[in-house]
Amino acid sequence: MSIKQALLALLTEGEQYGYELRAGFETRTGGAWPLNIGQVYTTLDRLEKSGLVERREPDAEGHVHYGLTDAGRASADKWWVTPAPHPSPGRDDVAMKIALAVSIPGADVARVIQVQRRSTMETLQDLTRAKRASADGDDAWELVADSLIFRAEAELRWLDHTETRLAQRSKRTLNLRAAEEKRTDSRRAADAAEASR
Amino acid sequence: MTADTAPALWMSGVTKTYGTGEAQVTALVDFTLDVQAGEMVAVMGTSGSGKSTLLAIAGALLTPTSGTVEVAGQSLDRMSRTALARLRRERIGFVFQDFNLLPSLTVLENVALPLDLAGASRATARSQARRALASVGMRQRAANYPDELSGGQQQRVAIARATVGSRQLLLADEPTGALDSVTGDHVLEGLRERADDGAAVVLVTHDARHAAWADRIVYLADGRMVDQARASLPDQLLTGKP
Repeated sequence: MSIKQALLALLTEGEQYGYELRAGFETRTGGAWPLNIGQVYTTLDRLEKSGLVERREPDAEGHVHYGLTDAGRASADKWWVTPAPHPSPGRDDVAMKIALAVSIPGADVARVIQVQRRSTMETLQDLTRAKRASADGDDAWELVADSLIFRAEAELRWLDHTETRLAQRSKRTLNLRAAEEKRTDSRRAADAAEASR
Repeated sequence: MTADTAPALWMSGVTKTYGTGEAQVTALVDFTLDVQAGEMVAVMGTSGSGKSTLLAIAGALLTPTSGTVEVAGQSLDRMSRTALARLRRERIGFVFQDFNLLPSLTVLENVALPLDLAGASRATARSQARRALASVGMRQRAANYPDELSGGQQQRVAIARATVGSRQLLLADEPTGALDSVTGDHVLEGLRERADDGAAVVLVTHDARHAAWADRIVYLADGRMVDQARASLPDQLLTGKP
């Protein structure tokens, strides 16, 4: 999540000071990503140095408001139409673990999948209940909860898919082995018949 | 056990085989499950894992080859066909993927139908049907015909019909199959609310997101229960955010 771009986006609504920006960010993202005020001010400093925001004179209460420069507004506009980066695939601990389990003799893949599925399913249950328990009309939180729910669901579908694939593969291996044994047996029988003639 | 303290559904050591000899197929093996009033249990598993057989046996539509089934404390084992039919009518509600509402009856008449069939007075049937419709937010559509409603609304009516009167065991077979994901969520919410009101709900689904509405999830593979998951957070911690 780019805090920098999030603050620029919030500032398109008008000048704001640090605490206001933090509160605005947390409300709109359903409180899913708590932001500390130090992060907000460090980011604003960096944005100011890059010429994307400008500091205004403190108001009567001493709040220092920040506003967008033209370059800042252009950067905010561009952000909406730039796809957000996806987390790198190597970071998926579940996929990594199961790939290892499949390839290492002695690892019980079925068990690894089962344990993972139960845990992910319980997370999905908790998210579903938490979403339901939230106050009606908290759109921001429901949207974020849905995103976590769909991710958990995707992981479960992948686990089911992997399990079915592995089951089919081991069935195929067994069938091949059985067919091979049958061929060997009939060859031996033919040889034996040949020898006794 | 009395009907008040007994689980809404109790299945013990239930096995179901179809056919004989080489053609024999075992759909359910030594399956045990109890579902309490107010509890929602989801059943998941690949096709052919025994989910539908389980639901048919729980709903007294199919007799197990061996094992015991009780609904609200009444054993189904030696019940006559007539008694089973009465039990189904009075205690068990079904929700199917394709709603199964009668097109020539209004929404209210559809929901009142099980009570009419059970011999309730017209006034009682109508007033209980109205109450059931209100519980799924469909009371204002009572005079409409099913084809005047959206898929999600029809399924909510089907849920009202399944719980009308004193029926406390609700069996749902892929009830969201034909609906888009947002509408499907509303249907699940309807089922969840029935459980929160005290009904026992058994939901067969292949959709993990829908199963997650349940208190407990049972996994079936080749007719056997292979795993169970249950929500880990107590309700009081769920103030809205994780």
